[in-house]
Amino acid sequence: MVKRMNKIVIENLTLKYTDGTESLNGISLNIVANATTVLFGPAGGGKSSLLRCLNRLNDLADVESVSGRILLDGVDILDPKTDVIALRRKVGMVFARPVVLPFSIRGNLTYGLELAGENRKSRHDEAIERSLKLAALWEEVHDRLDEPAIALSGGQQQRLCLARSLALEPEVVLLDEPTSGLDPISTSKVEAALHELKKLYTVVLVPHSVQQAARTSDYAAFFLQGKLIEYAPGTDIFTNPQTQRTEDYVTGRFG
Amino acid sequence: MEKDLNWREFIITRLIKFSGYSAVVFVSMIFFFLLKEGLPTLNEVPLGDLFSVRWYPIENYYGILPLITGSLLVTIGAGLIAVPFGIGTAVYLAEIAPRWLRNLLKPLVELLGGLPSVVLGFLGILILSPTLRVTLNLPTGLTALSGSLLLGGIAIPTIVSIAEDALDAVPKDYRDAALALGATRWQTIWRVTLPAARSGVLTAVMLGVGRSIGETMTVMMVTGNAPVLATGLADLFSPVRTMTATIAAEMGEVANASTHYHVLFFIGMVLFLISLAVNITASAVVFRQKKRAERVLS
Amino acid sequence: MSNFFTKNRELTQKLGFSLLTLMTLLTVIPIIGVVIYIIAQGAPAISWEFITGFPRDGMREGGILPAIIGTFYLTLGTAIFSVPLGIAAAIYLSEYAAENRLTRLIRLAIINLAGIPSVVYGLFGLGLFVLFLKFRTSMLSASLTLSIMTLPVIISTAEEALRAVPQSFRTVSISLGGTRWQTIRRTVLPQALPGIITGVILGLERAAGETAPILFTGAAFFLPRLPHSPFDATMALPYHLFVISTQVPEMPIKIQYGTALVLLVFVLGMNVIATFIRSRARAKRQW
Repeated sequence: MVKRMNKIVIENLTLKYTDGTESLNGISLNIVANATTVLFGPAGGGKSSLLRCLNRLNDLADVESVSGRILLDGVDILDPKTDVIALRRKVGMVFARPVVLPFSIRGNLTYGLELAGENRKSRHDEAIERSLKLAALWEEVHDRLDEPAIALSGGQQQRLCLARSLALEPEVVLLDEPTSGLDPISTSKVEAALHELKKLYTVVLVPHSVQQAARTSDYAAFFLQGKLIEYAPGTDIFTNPQTQRTEDYVTGRFG
Repeated sequence: MEKDLNWREFIITRLIKFSGYSAVVFVSMIFFFLLKEGLPTLNEVPLGDLFSVRWYPIENYYGILPLITGSLLVTIGAGLIAVPFGIGTAVYLAEIAPRWLRNLLKPLVELLGGLPSVVLGFLGILILSPTLRVTLNLPTGLTALSGSLLLGGIAIPTIVSIAEDALDAVPKDYRDAALALGATRWQTIWRVTLPAARSGVLTAVMLGVGRSIGETMTVMMVTGNAPVLATGLADLFSPVRTMTATIAAEMGEVANASTHYHVLFFIGMVLFLISLAVNITASAVVFRQKKRAERVLS
Repeated sequence: MSNFFTKNRELTQKLGFSLLTLMTLLTVIPIIGVVIYIIAQGAPAISWEFITGFPRDGMREGGILPAIIGTFYLTLGTAIFSVPLGIAAAIYLSEYAAENRLTRLIRLAIINLAGIPSVVYGLFGLGLFVLFLKFRTSMLSASLTLSIMTLPVIISTAEEALRAVPQSFRTVSISLGGTRWQTIRRTVLPQALPGIITGVILGLERAAGETAPILFTGAAFFLPRLPHSPFDATMALPYHLFVISTQVPEMPIKIQYGTALVLLVFVLGMNVIATFIRSRARAKRQW
């Protein structure tokens, strides 16, 4: 059995918003490298909030207080001296609704590179091909890269959003209910892409159903009202939950 | 290169912040200047004289009451025309007219709002005033009524534009609910839609009327410019002079720092304070309406 | 029972609708009538000489070129001062400002600036630019005065255009490692640009047609030459129309209508351009 490294170590993270909603309460959790960690549970559990802490996107929200540490490769990213810009290139994010920027497909993919000051066409072309192949979208769009991204279907747009993050060669990819608006075929394409992705990167996923969680997880964490209730490798948590609340949710008694 | 980016971003952010404050700076500057040049009036002209009924600067009569009543009369007259026609047209466009007609007519009405006031004054002199003089058998067509009609015309586009937006913004559900309860469209408009758009319509009226008070060229050209105290609505048929026209007409002839000069700035200050009061009231009304709506919806 | 009530209400509705239709007609028809009348009366005066020539015989003959050029310069001058400042202020309000007391104060100030009578702007311009700063009666004084007057219009419309850009764009841009300014420059501002331009044109349209603010700050009735520097006074269409229709005896009616027509074309032309930009942008929008 290979000893897995921890990519991210979350230590006693507590988060409060100014209006009192969706806080996180003393979360301690390890995110294993090169694996898919799934954060699941009913709405309001704090899963999205945790995700947004991992790339400091929560800085944009009305946060009242944050305490605890989040160590990425051993460095605390909650430290005020952190270079947040560099962090966000390292930790990419895909949102629940596909949000394509109002540019061409090519423009969407090179956007992040241009933000970083990378303007060389050779690098752009290489990044475009690599990320589209990883997102399983290359075959469908490689001959129309200059068309507006908005012309793509919902499933294609979401894969484009995934490719957009991958163009920056991140180390961690966060996905917040990425397939919630998609049909089953597009969903399976995205899940297949994620399966390939974790060989290169670390994936943290908030699934939109328990079934998706079971399909994709290497490690699963159950969240309820801001607290981490249970954490286990693989599919153990779905077949053999250790706490009553986890079992109730997994079997559909509430949710 | 990252450092370079930070420097530029810092400077740009600073410039943007200062630009944001600029509006406050300008309003303060304007107020300060009006005060600086207008307050000496209180030293130079006794308060009793200032609020007397005779405006004849050549002989040192600086009674501003006739100017105030002149502005008031013309504005009230304009309001009596603009409010019903403005709201009526807004209701028609928002609730009764088919979409294509509304999209055709609304820009047309807004076009009138874009007409320079001097053009309307020009037409007033050549067409409106002679017509009024003939049809109403008056000694002169240059009266407060001419001013009111034209100012009403200027205020209507503002009222229509904003009120129509407000009515259009009322959620369809409100109307559907009323109709489902058996109300006619007419009843729905007056009992449901219009009340729901109350704050927007009120804002529209206040801004439209506010524009009337501040109009200069049109009134200067058609109201006859006779600073006679107006005592009732009947004086609509006589010439009057507004505060704005007074400033515009006489500023060119005054000596710098003379009493006349200070009094004109004083009048300017009065106008500034009036528009300030109207605007604060309008935004307070909107703010309170918004708060009430938030409480209801949450 | 239901028959009576229904008939009564239907009648009320019919009458009411007719009344409102009538009111709308009474509002709309004069507008069309005014424009057509000015075109009809003024068109005979329009000739190449009218537009490119100088006035003669105390304005009673010849052309109005200096007034046209003057209005053009003033509009340009207004744009130079008010557009960058106005857009920057709008960016501040839309992208940087928190909803606190200072911001409310700024918004109140903007609403106030918008409501100040144009003649009071003229007074202010006289006091500050002409006298205090000693710029004299000049295009500079007039443009600066008109700029402050135009500022609230530009800020309001620009802010609205910026806010219309979906928030999700900003979130995505930040999540890809963008700073706030990068996000504004690369995504928000370009998408808001058509709306901003529309607002700018409408604001400048108003500035071009105003007389009172330039009365004491920059307008002159008769100048033998075109203005050479910003410190020169200038003729301007609105002021020209005002003087020739009220203060010049024996002024040919044709010339008055002709001047009015040229001013109308100038102002309404800008309106048409703005509307065109707005509808084209709406069609090409990628969100």
